[in-house]
Amino acid sequence: MPPAKVFGFAIVGALLWVCAPAVATAQQPPATAPAYGEQAAALTDPQIANIAYTAGVIDIENARLALKKSHNPAIRAFARDMIRDHTAVNRKALALVKKLHVTPQDNPTSQSLVRQSDNVRAELAKMSGKAFDKAYIDNEVAYHKAVNGALQNKLIPDAKNPQLKSLLETGLKIFEGHEKHAEQIASRMG
Amino acid sequence: MRGLALAALFCTAGALFQSAAAATWHVVIRDIAYHDVPKEVHVGDVVVWTNKDFIDHTATARDGSFDIVLSADKTARTTLKRAGKIAFYCRFHPQMTGVITVLP
Repeated sequence: MPPAKVFGFAIVGALLWVCAPAVATAQQPPATAPAYGEQAAALTDPQIANIAYTAGVIDIENARLALKKSHNPAIRAFARDMIRDHTAVNRKALALVKKLHVTPQDNPTSQSLVRQSDNVRAELAKMSGKAFDKAYIDNEVAYHKAVNGALQNKLIPDAKNPQLKSLLETGLKIFEGHEKHAEQIASRMG
Repeated sequence: MRGLALAALFCTAGALFQSAAAATWHVVIRDIAYHDVPKEVHVGDVVVWTNKDFIDHTATARDGSFDIVLSADKTARTTLKRAGKIAFYCRFHPQMTGVITVLP
């Protein structure tokens, strides 16, 4: 299996587990994933806020790595787009949780996401040139697909506060654009 | 004195002519899309772009005739200087597209 696919599946594993009831039979959960029963329960708003914020931070860190390593103009522009948008969404999210007096709560899904994305980034960091560009953009496709699936099937339906739900819905629109953009770049890279 | 009066008259007439000839069109960016894009405008018309999203966008003509960066909650304007069918998009979000036909 090509490295990029492995990266994608690692992250997808963590996020698919959020939507476990729908997809549990499609893929084995990662060894570090929480027990099925825990995630089948509805997430709380503080947990949802934490997962969404963490997902944004991870993509910003991936983009920073891409800016350090890549010389490809399309990859660099995409990475700058990711930093700009995810920073804006996370800034909005922080302002909202402050306004709502909600404290984002760390949880097994966020922890699993961070752990697995650290591993993915470590693998990416070992690459260079075209191999890096391809692996980075393929991972962006897989990552956004997984995050968008989690937003659509779990985080948005579970969110109780209407303002949080609305922000997640706006985030989903933005991230769906990222997914398509990443797919376009990936298809041009062969 | 008569010269000054004539000059004032010409200035007023000129301003009136210009405001009658050049229209201003308002395009709003909301929910990652361009809204109220006019289909047909004329050379010299002004497009006022307002970004109501909380993320940055651009209005970038594919023929290079304009490239406007619109920060969140900001407004910018561009005067359309040449006739033709101008396709535009957001450089940051390429799925955002629009077309304006500029008539002579």
